[in-house]
Amino acid sequence: MARQITIEPVTRAEGHGKVTIFLDDDGYVRDAQFHVTQIRGFEKFCEGRPFYEMPSLMARICGICPVSHLVASAKACDQLMAVQIPETAEYLRRVMNLAQLIQSHALSFFHLASPDFLLGLDSDPATRNIFGLMQSHPNIARDGIMLRKFGQQIIELLGGKRIHPGWIVPGGVSEPLSVDKRDTILAMLPEAMAAIQRTLDWFKRTFDQYPEEIRTFANFPSLFMGLTNDKGELVHYEGRLRFVDATGKIVADQIEAEDYQKYIGEAVEPYSFLKFPYYKPMGYPEGIYRVGPLARLNLINFVGTPLADAEWAEFRELGRGAVLSSFHYHCARLIEILNGIERIEHILNKSDILDKNVRAYADPNRLEGVGISEAPRGTLIHHYRINEDGIITYANLIIATGHNNLAMNRGVLQVAKHFVKGDQLQEGMLNRVEAVIRAYDPCLSCSTHAVGQMPLHVELVNRDGRVVDELTR
Amino acid sequence: MKQPSSHIKTLQIDGQDVGANQDETILEVARENGIYIPTLCEIEGLSPHGGCRLCLVEVKGVNKLLPACVTHVQEGMEVFTNSPRLQEYRRTILELIFSEGNHICAVCVVNGRCDLQALATKLGMTHVSVPYLYPRRSVDASHDRFALDRNRCILCTRCVRVCDEIEGAHTWDVSGRGVQAHVVTDLNTPWGDSDTCTSCGKCVNVCPTGALFEKGKAVAEMSKKRGFLPYLTQMREKRSK
Repeated sequence: MARQITIEPVTRAEGHGKVTIFLDDDGYVRDAQFHVTQIRGFEKFCEGRPFYEMPSLMARICGICPVSHLVASAKACDQLMAVQIPETAEYLRRVMNLAQLIQSHALSFFHLASPDFLLGLDSDPATRNIFGLMQSHPNIARDGIMLRKFGQQIIELLGGKRIHPGWIVPGGVSEPLSVDKRDTILAMLPEAMAAIQRTLDWFKRTFDQYPEEIRTFANFPSLFMGLTNDKGELVHYEGRLRFVDATGKIVADQIEAEDYQKYIGEAVEPYSFLKFPYYKPMGYPEGIYRVGPLARLNLINFVGTPLADAEWAEFRELGRGAVLSSFHYHCARLIEILNGIERIEHILNKSDILDKNVRAYADPNRLEGVGISEAPRGTLIHHYRINEDGIITYANLIIATGHNNLAMNRGVLQVAKHFVKGDQLQEGMLNRVEAVIRAYDPCLSCSTHAVGQMPLHVELVNRDGRVVDELTR
Repeated sequence: MKQPSSHIKTLQIDGQDVGANQDETILEVARENGIYIPTLCEIEGLSPHGGCRLCLVEVKGVNKLLPACVTHVQEGMEVFTNSPRLQEYRRTILELIFSEGNHICAVCVVNGRCDLQALATKLGMTHVSVPYLYPRRSVDASHDRFALDRNRCILCTRCVRVCDEIEGAHTWDVSGRGVQAHVVTDLNTPWGDSDTCTSCGKCVNVCPTGALFEKGKAVAEMSKKRGFLPYLTQMREKRSK
């Protein structure tokens, strides 16, 4: 008898989602779908608003990475104004973007994902969380909480508040950096550096414990996309788009922001509110690509900071060509935290970082603008059109989680085929399905531009659509 | 013994004996004596409007509530400015104002510097208990320097009065009735096409909310400069003498 398993909602991820697993007559997994079950409408209700409001309005899409939206939106607005922002402003935006990256990666790795590694994928879900971790592995939990605080504090120092700071504005930033604030941030760096190095050393040693997971967690060939500069360095603010294939070969490079629609198409499926972006030259659904930390580390020529470069060299040994298992998103996140800390130090020590000229002013000079930045979860695209009065007439957003949609679906299918069998649902196999989603650290609320949590609900449904088994927590 | 001048009235506000000129309003006398009465449409330097009803007070022997900004003092009046009933009414008025427009403080140019927001905080308005209307209202950004966001307009008519009484241009007016009422420039032409507007910016600075703002200001960046108003009024009065 053919059946269907539904995991709803998916836990320890940001936003509401569910998974449906279709079984064939013999109880083997035939297909799997990952649904994002919320809709928010930001692209529509910003129409009619002055473009100057967009960075702060769009930052409200997310409470975890508002800075990413601020950055991409402000870059799109810079284009509408047709200004080149002061160099110091660009450096300051980069510092805030990196601080955001660090705090979000810390949240993903320590708070959401690490309970799976430290407490075990089959452990009791009641304690398989950050609180269980604090009891069993207090030092690791402490490092995680500290790294998150570190990123959040930098955001607060620069922007006045941790969540939804209004400091990044069209044309630059609203306030220059003070000596005191710079020195406060510099003084926080050594502790953060020690924590991330400890974590990396420990985490790399655990790979041996998860051979099956590494082999089956969304481990398949795909393209990878992200920003990089003309030297091929790891960047999160500046640069142009690059696509590489599963062997690590560049298939498209130095794509300007305004040309994104030549390379990226957006398909729609009836089972999810999240669109399915694909690489246009290969068509849908063959043009599957991944974004985020794994993709970024797969497509660059080098990182650009010494400690992270050494870790990166080791990381690339994990695969021939590109590293394909999505399990390694976790490790890539840690390397990016290391890189972020190194970069922040480098930028803050620049001689002109305290310069008072941090903002360019202009009326709208162009009617269309595209801003791209690398958010913690991957490439973030904001595309706006305005009328001559500067009023938004069109907005299109492609969020990092959206780019990964095809890959998440493929990953869910792969892991379900391997771990889900027969007519009895077990907690451990369902958690593996969730864990593969967690590896991508999807922000579902961002991706459909919705708010909420992901509790877990699994249904086993037969061919007629009748629910034969159910599991909720 | 010298008799008090008949121009001077004596009355009580919140139990306090106060003296006032006969042409003064209850609001003016209260302020002279350090008694707080909340106001929103009222602004020093412009004629009173009596529209927002936040300054309503109770007067002993009078059945209805009276707006302090346009009610003149009378001999022997007993005024109460802060009874539980008034507090309740004022909060309700604020709730109605918030529910009638689209006031999204988080993305507003005057967040943190808004008269409406400050008053809601001061008077303890923590929730809006009436349904929001979510009206569909337009933004007029046709002016070179300023923009009008009707979503944030509370119809206090400060812009109408300052433009008429101080600038002398009378660009602004109110069009429509009831919930359809909205401010317009000239005969409902886009602001940027207005023949009468001098682009002086007085309306923008007296506006209590983010309805009128300078273009190019990001969220929470707009502060309103109002020092000019009493000064201009004073200088003009001197000249006309």
